[in-house]
Amino acid sequence: MTFAQLPALEVVVPLVAAPLTLLLRRATPAWAIATAACAFSFVAALLLAADVAARGPISYALGSWAPPWGIEYRVDALSAFVLVLVSGIAAAVAPFAWKSVAAELPRDQAYLFYTMYCLCVAGLLGMTITGDAFNLFVFMEIASLSSYVLIALGRDRRALLASYQYLILGTIGATFFVIGVGLLYLMTGTLNLADMAARLPQVHGARPVLAALAFITVGVSLKLALFPLHLWLPNAYTYAPSAVTAFLAATATKVSVYVLLRFYFSVFGPRLVVEELPMPEILLALSIIAIVTASLVALWQADLKRLFAYSSVAQIGYITLGISMASRDGLTAAIVHLFNHGVTKGALFLLVGGIALRAGRAGFDRVRGLARAMPLTSMGIVIAGLSLIGVPGTAGFISKWYLVLGAIEAGRWWLAALVVATSLIAVAYVWRFVESAYLSAPAAATPKPGEPPALMLVPAWLLVAACVWFGLETSFTVEGARRAAALLLGAAP
Amino acid sequence: MIAAGHYGYWITVVLMVTGLYIVIARCNLVKKMVGLSIFQTSVYLLYIAPGKLVGGTAPIIAEGFRLYSNPLPHVLILTAIVVGVATLALGLAIVVRIREAYGSIEEDEILESDRARGDGGGDGA
Amino acid sequence: MSGAQLIAAALLAPALGAIGIALAGRWPNLREGVTLGSAAALFACVAGLLPTVLAGGRPQLFALEMLPGIALGFRVEPLGMLFALVASGLWIVNSLYSIGYMRGNDEPHQTRYYVCFALALAATMGIAFSANLLTLFVFYEMLTLVTWPLVTHHGDDEARAGGRTYLGYLLGTSIVLLLPAVVATWALAGTLEFTPGGILREAGLSGAAVGALLALYMFGLGKAALMPFHRWLPAAMVAPTPVSALLHAVAVVKAGVFAVVKVIVYVFGVEALAGVRASDWLPPVAGFTVLAASVLALRSDNLKRRLAYSTVSQLSYVVLAASVLVPLTVVGAVLHIAAHAVSKITLFFAAGAIATASGKTEVSQLDGIGRRMPWTMGAFTIGALSLVGIPPAAGFLSKWLMFQGAASAGHWTALAVLAASTLLNAAYFLPIVHAAFLREPRTGEPAHGEAPWTMVAALSITAALTLALPFAVAVPLGLARAVAGIAP
Repeated sequence: MTFAQLPALEVVVPLVAAPLTLLLRRATPAWAIATAACAFSFVAALLLAADVAARGPISYALGSWAPPWGIEYRVDALSAFVLVLVSGIAAAVAPFAWKSVAAELPRDQAYLFYTMYCLCVAGLLGMTITGDAFNLFVFMEIASLSSYVLIALGRDRRALLASYQYLILGTIGATFFVIGVGLLYLMTGTLNLADMAARLPQVHGARPVLAALAFITVGVSLKLALFPLHLWLPNAYTYAPSAVTAFLAATATKVSVYVLLRFYFSVFGPRLVVEELPMPEILLALSIIAIVTASLVALWQADLKRLFAYSSVAQIGYITLGISMASRDGLTAAIVHLFNHGVTKGALFLLVGGIALRAGRAGFDRVRGLARAMPLTSMGIVIAGLSLIGVPGTAGFISKWYLVLGAIEAGRWWLAALVVATSLIAVAYVWRFVESAYLSAPAAATPKPGEPPALMLVPAWLLVAACVWFGLETSFTVEGARRAAALLLGAAP
Repeated sequence: MIAAGHYGYWITVVLMVTGLYIVIARCNLVKKMVGLSIFQTSVYLLYIAPGKLVGGTAPIIAEGFRLYSNPLPHVLILTAIVVGVATLALGLAIVVRIREAYGSIEEDEILESDRARGDGGGDGA
Repeated sequence: MSGAQLIAAALLAPALGAIGIALAGRWPNLREGVTLGSAAALFACVAGLLPTVLAGGRPQLFALEMLPGIALGFRVEPLGMLFALVASGLWIVNSLYSIGYMRGNDEPHQTRYYVCFALALAATMGIAFSANLLTLFVFYEMLTLVTWPLVTHHGDDEARAGGRTYLGYLLGTSIVLLLPAVVATWALAGTLEFTPGGILREAGLSGAAVGALLALYMFGLGKAALMPFHRWLPAAMVAPTPVSALLHAVAVVKAGVFAVVKVIVYVFGVEALAGVRASDWLPPVAGFTVLAASVLALRSDNLKRRLAYSTVSQLSYVVLAASVLVPLTVVGAVLHIAAHAVSKITLFFAAGAIATASGKTEVSQLDGIGRRMPWTMGAFTIGALSLVGIPPAAGFLSKWLMFQGAASAGHWTALAVLAASTLLNAAYFLPIVHAAFLREPRTGEPAHGEAPWTMVAALSITAALTLALPFAVAVPLGLARAVAGIAP
């Protein structure tokens, strides 16, 4: 197990852990294997990120077949950044899942959860690390299929329909993506992303290339829940098991954003996407609608999970808003918010999962006077909520800063005003929780005093601490995002 | 450019659109899965049809042949077929569970059932 | 201790004190002791920095680099020194008062109260010592959030509504107006450090752009209560009176006008602004706030509400004076930060003492109360006279400097506003004094004496400070003149 094999091991370890958990058939060993695999992936991702920062991109030929004929795993500034996020969240949610899954799933099915969890992690990590377009599709489908199963495991019967709807829409999305890849293959004769980028200028402006761009955009947008293709998200996040919601909310859409960035800037190139086509304007319009409408809808929700699900749609709008600016600061904002939102939403959904465990459901009727019953959980939600708003001292502020900076530098004052004004909507829905938990007397449905088990509370609070940490000590997130943005805008790989 | 020579692409488009239409227009969950499969099949054709080069022979190296058809799309589509089968199997499994939980596989009846129950219910399958 | 260490100690003392208070929650006397100890320690650290600053030194402390190129850092300069002295000194007195008030009224959640108070003072020190706009913004927001539990202390519907208004106005203005202003300054000037003479000179902005940016700052600093973003201040009166006294007479509102003066002097630059003529709109706006708020104060029967509107008015004195852009008025503005603080806190202390001892909250109920509570009403009179501007109380000196400066600049609007508002101040303060001492109490009212001794002691101390300030004026005046760039 030398360091040179680390890129492959990053994906292979969770992938092999999955059938292992299936064979073991018992919940506790399955959980232990899943947690160990995720922890390994996290450490490996950190090592890879450090190596990339020191020595530049890593190119790993799978099976020693040299690219562009063989499948290449490519770790550069952007993919290393996303790898750390995905594996970090996976490693945080895995310990949480033990008690949470035990409460929400039948005991004899719990090991299946861990099988699917490992597969999902492997799929997402594979999507991030691969440098081959079709390989990306394969990992996309691995991640998607396992996430359909994970969502369907929810206790509420509406989880089944939510999973089915996500399956339909997600498969259409993935199929659109593979159609786009097919068209690109037809035009360039290669599936390796770097090679594709080198060959595309020769067929610049050909209609199949534009069609490929369109198909890939729509396909990936379905996966990243860009308005109006977000309709699967609220139901899927609300009815899935709490651990699943936390994991998917923090990672799945972020990896899809990564795919979008990779194709737009590394493969098609900024010249086509930004200057010749109106992609920035389209993304801008959709992002603004997403932010405004999703934030407003979130305000009226009675269920905490649903509220934060709509909030996620809005926050994804902020990320795509940064992408639409297509400037160095705009892309930095998008990539930083990708990370910061992942950490924030991971923390929020883990804490809400704790409430669901103690109260049965995370509705607003169960949250009245929660500060007395579950003080640590309530305070954690407040801090993560402040990060969602973008209060300085939290990670969300850093993202807001760069978004406003990008808007001002582009001379779009109205956009800067919009970004900050919509933060006020986030204030409103976070404050709904604060008033309910801190200023209301406990209701009949409020859980009895007592925090969720330590194994659930500790990972949640680790992420809450990360929200604050990355708001003050920004060298990793901002530097990583800046380098990734420079890489994307600089030139072809 | 004779459009008829591109009949492979025409069939692809027809299958694609048919599949999508079935997914959107049909309420029956199994029929939606059928539409989805048809939609995915169109992609197979999209990849494989261009792989066959005019005048190309089977991709096995042999004396006297210089032009070979492209074997790579076949490899890719084998993978895609597997993915499609897995998706279909998973989708149908979910439909079976939905049938158990709701007693119906018509989408409108299922949504009506959820609406009738209201937001309060739904704990447990 | 070196300057940097003193700064760190000044920030840590209230923060660690908050932890100590939380831990000592079960033992009220110990808990109160921790509060008083932290307040004393804080004042000692702040006072320790004074000699260096008066001699021209500017101690600084670098904490961490929050964004590339922008650090969370601290630098003590005269304006911040004065603000910190006022806030930390009055915290000690206010803690004494709080003990009497909280126990006298048997308030709930006392530990939470003292913890949030300590954190609020930590945030105030952060604002006072901030070296750049980012640090200021971070602690400014922290102050808003940490004082919300204090405003909603009573937890009933009224508190909830007041808290919503409070948070809505303060967060709304800071997120929507102040944050873009700070980001724009960074984009235009390439730095956020507070620099004498301003940092926007090289940016080459047009007059209109400077005016627009200034407007974003002035209205974005909602804590300065410039109309129409002033409504949070009367809404915050639902808080217990010690909260109103220290925070909404001293810490929170002074943070607002402190930031206003800091932005005008160290971000835009007084001469630069005067040259560009982009700030001509500010004196009329501030003047309008002064007068309108005075009228609203006249029409308020609730004593705390009257004091709140009076605060809105007095804060705009500072803004008005700073916006005249003449060194003498800047000195007056800075001095008024200190003068108004000691005067207003006295008035609020008196209001709280009246409510605790007699349960009365309306001005119309105060007939003859001077007989029953001579100390309290005596202190009230001193505070009122100071705000009207009658010598030898503290408010006289700052008003006199403002008058002089406005006259020397030929700024007739400012002069007219100052004169008119002095009359209005008299109109809404003096009748209270008159009614308290010279009218007979209503028949059928239960007898009562003074409030608990800690409260009376506290308000006596602040009243004494109000009287003493003009005689011990060397230090504040020296600091104020250093801010305005006049040689001592």
